[in-house]
Amino acid sequence: MRFPVRRSLRPGLRTRLIAAFLLVAAVSALTTAALTYQSARSAILKQAQDQAVEQFREQIANEYFALPASAAALQNACRSLARAGKPHPWFVFAEYGTLRASSTSRPTSTVITDELRNQTHANAHGSFQRVIQDGTPYLTIGMPVMFDRGSSEQHSGVYLYAVMDLRTESVTIQAMVSAAKNGALPALAVAVVPALLAARSVLRPVRDLRRAASSMGKGRLDTRIEVKGSDELADLAWTFNESAEQLERSVEELQKAEARARRFASDVSHELRTPLAGMLAVTEVLDEDADGLDPDTARAVRLISAETGKLATLVEDLMEISRFDAKAAELNPDEVDVAETIRKTLQRRHWQDRVRTQLPDGVRAMIDPRRFDIVMANLVGNALRHGVEPVTVRLRPAVGEGPLVVEVEDGGPGIDAAVLPHIFDRFFKADAARTRSAGSGLGLAITQENVRLHGGTVRATNGPGGGALFTVELPTGLLAAEAAEAAEAAEAAEAAQAAGAAGATEAGEAAR
Amino acid sequence: MPRVLLIEDDPSVREGVELGLRRRGHEVLTAGTGEAGLAALTSFHPELVLLDLMLPGMNGVQVCRRIRETSQLPIIMLTARGDDFDVVIGLEAGADDYIVKPARTEVIEARIRAVLRRLADPVTRGGPEVHGELALDRAGLTAAKNGERLALAPSELKLLLHLAASPEQVFSRQQLLESVWEHSYHGDARLVDACVRRLRQKLGDTAGPDGAPRYIQTVRGFGYRFGPL
Repeated sequence: MRFPVRRSLRPGLRTRLIAAFLLVAAVSALTTAALTYQSARSAILKQAQDQAVEQFREQIANEYFALPASAAALQNACRSLARAGKPHPWFVFAEYGTLRASSTSRPTSTVITDELRNQTHANAHGSFQRVIQDGTPYLTIGMPVMFDRGSSEQHSGVYLYAVMDLRTESVTIQAMVSAAKNGALPALAVAVVPALLAARSVLRPVRDLRRAASSMGKGRLDTRIEVKGSDELADLAWTFNESAEQLERSVEELQKAEARARRFASDVSHELRTPLAGMLAVTEVLDEDADGLDPDTARAVRLISAETGKLATLVEDLMEISRFDAKAAELNPDEVDVAETIRKTLQRRHWQDRVRTQLPDGVRAMIDPRRFDIVMANLVGNALRHGVEPVTVRLRPAVGEGPLVVEVEDGGPGIDAAVLPHIFDRFFKADAARTRSAGSGLGLAITQENVRLHGGTVRATNGPGGGALFTVELPTGLLAAEAAEAAEAAEAAEAAQAAGAAGATEAGEAAR
Repeated sequence: MPRVLLIEDDPSVREGVELGLRRRGHEVLTAGTGEAGLAALTSFHPELVLLDLMLPGMNGVQVCRRIRETSQLPIIMLTARGDDFDVVIGLEAGADDYIVKPARTEVIEARIRAVLRRLADPVTRGGPEVHGELALDRAGLTAAKNGERLALAPSELKLLLHLAASPEQVFSRQQLLESVWEHSYHGDARLVDACVRRLRQKLGDTAGPDGAPRYIQTVRGFGYRFGPL
């Protein structure tokens, strides 16, 4: 019952394996894409920047500035610098004191920040900055125009700025991002296939193992798994097969030992029967003649006679038990008057005066009369021997689908609570000091087996009056259906047997 | 007192049972083997045979079949094997009753008397009755089919007469056991089933027009009845 519950709470092994596979694939694809993007982007941008800064510096160095510069001269210089901006076109802005000039129609640019201005003023080698405005990336370069004074250089006061848009680079980088994105998704989809294959290759042995284990649980101990390959799962299968083989071997040995023990009990009982048959046939002769013998011999003779009777009962009970153990006991149900059956049991054993009965007439049930007789004889006999009279036998007819109930109660002190659970055990003696009782010690065990054969239950309790109370419950409805089936089967067997018997007779005659 | 032939190979059982029965006034002859028992039949003329199932050489079932070929002598099987299979085999061979060993002489004698009493019932009706192809003569204790006399064992004849006395009435196995075998306790329904099976075979009643027996019909879950024809 635990297995389905666990399955419902956690996803299956297959789902978990595939999820893990996809996670690993996703992480590696994303990491690779991110790192590639990062380095490619900086490489592209750095190259563009370095090239632009270098070019701008060279062009400025080649340009001639006359100081103090006029607005027109600055504008000319700007235009001339802007024209030289290749392959990337740029706009050039010049600042000189309060003068502003540019290569465009507007004198100042909105892209150039104060930060870049400050850096350009401070750094003689120029500075650059990447600015994004209205979604468009720009590279802005600031360069001071220096005078060469032999050993040192001096600020001329003219500052030139180039503004170059990076849309081309941006598009390239964007293309890389989408390439990474487009590449990762198919990679994930493709990863599902090896994930499924791996899950299957792991799960198939697991499924085989589960099937084999459940098959063994159902008693098919010869179940084995096919061992494929030499991986850990194959090792597991091999170990399983080894264990199964050992289990099968030990179970087989146990079964053989059990069968031997049963056959031994059965054989011993059979062998005891023949001498007992002779002894039991003459015990009445001994009993009848005992009165005429001298007292000691008479006692000895009566003792022998009584013990022979007990031995016969014990052997009979042992035979019965060994039949139950060998599952050779058959139920021959018949529809009988239950009250009448119980009365007959009591009459036959001359107990009718010692037992009070509450037996309503007209209760009919499908029971095996011989086995029911044994059940009642054992329970009443047990009550008379170990309990105190009066012994009461009560029959309660089945109500609706309920069972038929028969109770046997005595007026004694009841059964010790410690003894109750073992009362149906074989050879169980309630009083350990009294190692032998009048019964065989098998009576209640046989009673239980007979009731079980009927599909019923028998239990021992202490009644409200204090005495021991044995309750037998027999399922009546179920039994009737089974009996009808048995009758039909018997009918079919009858026809087959008739045909078989005819054939056998002919064969026998031919042999003669 | 009845003359009993006891066929039993074990000397102690043979002597024990012989001693017990003889003390009760029976005339007993014993035989140690099936062959000796069959030989004794003609010289001793027993009224009943007590037959052990397991005998050296020819076994009890074979002896029983051999006796049944020629006579309707009552036979009681004496068996040390109370297993259902063995009991049924013995009954199939034509025995009238069986006793499981060990048994007290009291029990053995009661069974002998019951088997012998079976045919000594007072006859209430005179003249032969006719049921289909069957003619039953209760006074003469014979049964004939199409004018041909049937060789029935005592328990088979008694069962047939009992069932035919009340045609169409259903008898449970227990009722039949009590009235035909006189088992005062709840005995064995297998006796009834085996006897019915044998009787059907001898009557040629194994298949009627609809494939079911005609004379002795099975009433599922209840028992047997004679007819309706």
